[in-house]
Amino acid sequence: MIPFILKRIFISIPVIFVLATITFCIMRITPGGPFDKDKAIPPEIKANIEAKYHLDRPLWSQYFYYMKGLIQGDLGPSYKYLGRSVTDIIKDSLPVSVELGLYAAFLAFLLGIPLGIIAAYKHGTWLDSSSMFIAISGITLPSFLVAALLIYFFSFKMGWFPAGLWEGGWEYKILPVAALGLRPVAIIARLMRTSMLDVIKADYVRTARAKGLSEFPVILKHVLKNSLIPVITISGPLLAGIITGSFVIEHVFAIPGMAKHFILAVTNRDYPLIMGVTLIYAVLLILANILVDVLYAVIDPRIKVS
Amino acid sequence: MNTLWSDAFKTLSKNKPALLSLFFIIFIILVALFANLLAPYGYEIQNPSQRLMFPNRTFWMGTDILGRDLLSRVIYGSRMSISVGLIVAICSLIVGTLYGSLSGYVGGKIDNLLMRIVDILYTFPSLLLIILIRVIFGQGLFGIFLALTIVGWVDVSRIVRGQVLQLKEMAFIEAARAVGVKNRFIIFKHILPNILGPIIVTLTFEIPAAILSESFLSFIGLGLQPPFSSWGSLANDGFQAFKSFPHLIIFPGFSIFLTVLAFNLLGDGLRDALDPKLKNA
Repeated sequence: MIPFILKRIFISIPVIFVLATITFCIMRITPGGPFDKDKAIPPEIKANIEAKYHLDRPLWSQYFYYMKGLIQGDLGPSYKYLGRSVTDIIKDSLPVSVELGLYAAFLAFLLGIPLGIIAAYKHGTWLDSSSMFIAISGITLPSFLVAALLIYFFSFKMGWFPAGLWEGGWEYKILPVAALGLRPVAIIARLMRTSMLDVIKADYVRTARAKGLSEFPVILKHVLKNSLIPVITISGPLLAGIITGSFVIEHVFAIPGMAKHFILAVTNRDYPLIMGVTLIYAVLLILANILVDVLYAVIDPRIKVS
Repeated sequence: MNTLWSDAFKTLSKNKPALLSLFFIIFIILVALFANLLAPYGYEIQNPSQRLMFPNRTFWMGTDILGRDLLSRVIYGSRMSISVGLIVAICSLIVGTLYGSLSGYVGGKIDNLLMRIVDILYTFPSLLLIILIRVIFGQGLFGIFLALTIVGWVDVSRIVRGQVLQLKEMAFIEAARAVGVKNRFIIFKHILPNILGPIIVTLTFEIPAAILSESFLSFIGLGLQPPFSSWGSLANDGFQAFKSFPHLIIFPGFSIFLTVLAFNLLGDGLRDALDPKLKNA
C-alpha cells in the first residue's frame, strides 16, 4: 500500500508542473495586464512597477523565474494585495476552505448514505419517495437560493446563527456547511439508493438470506459494503463539485477562503494569485483522488492497487 | 424504429411528473420567446419613486433597488437563461458525440489518450475551469458559451463512448464492416441513429446543468454583464438587499429551481421511456 501511495504522489509531480506551465501560458496570453486599470499612473511609474514584478522581461525568463520560485514553495507576490505574497494569502485562506469543504463532505456521507439506504430498503413506500424528493430538490436547487433562504430564516428571522463570516465558533459553520453540503448529500443518497437496489437483487444476498441470516447482518455485511463502491467512485467528482459549490457559498457568507480570493484575483487580473490558487486546488484534487483509490482498494479486494 | 418511439411516447405519457415538466418547459420557452409581449413593463424602466416594493397588485413580484418591475425582469431573464441552456447543451452534444463516438469506435491507444483527457476534465472543478476560460476569452457572451461548452461536452462524450463500445461489437456493425462499408458511414448511419435515445436523454440533462452553471457564474459576478441579464444575475442584483427584501432573490431563484427541476424530471422520464437499461446508470 505505501509504495503504491508513494508512486502515485511521485507521478503527480510532473502533472503539477505541466499544469503550472499551462496556467502560466494562459495567464500571459490573455489580453490585458494587471496594471491596465490604474490609468492614473504615469508611464514611467508603470514601467517601474512592471520591472519590479519582472513583467518587462521576456516571457521565457518570467516562466523560469516563476518555476524557480515554485520549486522553493514561493508562489510569487500578489499584484493587488501590496506587500503580501501569494503563499501568505493561501496560508491564511486554505485552512478555511479545507475546513468548510471537509465538513460538507462529512455531511454528505453521514446523511446521504443513510438516506439512500432507507430509500432503497423501504423501496416504493412514502419513505422512499420523500427521501428521493429531498434528493432531487437538493440537486436542482441553486445553492445561492438555499444559502439565502437559510440566512433569511435562521439568521434574520430566528437569530440563531450569524449571517456570515467565519470566526471560529461552531455557530458560524452550521449554515454554510448545510448550504454547501445539500447537493452532495442529494447526489450520494440517489446513488446509494440505486446501487443498493442493484445489490439487494444479487444472488449472494439471496443465498445469505436462504442460509438463515437475519435481516440486519445481511444488510450490514453483504449489501452495504458492496453498494458503497459506486459511492466511493463518485467521491472524486463529488469533491470537485464541493469546490465549485464553495465559490458560491464563500461569496454568499463572505467567508475568507480561497474561492473568494480566486474570484477577486480574476476580477483584478492578479496573475500570481490566480495561478497559485489554481495549483493548490489541483494539488488538493490529486491528493483526494489518491485517497479515493486507496479507499477503493480497501473496500473492494477485487481491485488490486498495483 | 417506429415502434420504439411510439412505445417511448406511451411510457412517457403515463409518467405524470415528466409530462407536467414537459408542459412547464414548453410554457417557459413560450415566455422566453414572447417576453416582449408578456412583460407588463420594460425590463430597464426605472421608477425612482417605486423602489424596493414588496409584491403587490401593480408589481406582482415587487420592484428592485432601482424601481424596476421584477416580474418583467424575470420574464426577460428567461430569454438569457433558456438560450444559454439550449445553445450550450446543443454545442456540448455535437462536440461530445463526435469525440465520444470517435474514441469508442477507434479504440486502443487513441481511445486511452482521449479518455485520459476527459478524466482530467471530469475531476476538475467545473466552475474553476469555466472562470479560467472566461479570463482568456473575455467577458462577452461568446466567452460564456465557450466556457460552458468546454465543461459540458465531457459528460456527453463519456456516455456516447460507452454506448458506442457496446454497439460496435454487435453483429450488424461487424457485417457492415465485413462488406466494406466506410468507417465514417458506419458511425453516422449505423451507430449514431441507434444511440439517439441516450443522446436525447443526455441533452435533457445538459440543458439544466448549463442553466445552473451560468446562474452560479452570474451570481458571483463573473457571468453575464449588463445589459444582458439572466436569472442568475437578477439573483446577484437582489443579493445586496435580500435581508430586508427576500423576494428579490426568491423569484429569480425559484425560476431557476423550477426550470432545472422540470428538465431533470423530464430527463428521468425520457430515460425510463427510451432506454430501460440506462435506468440504473
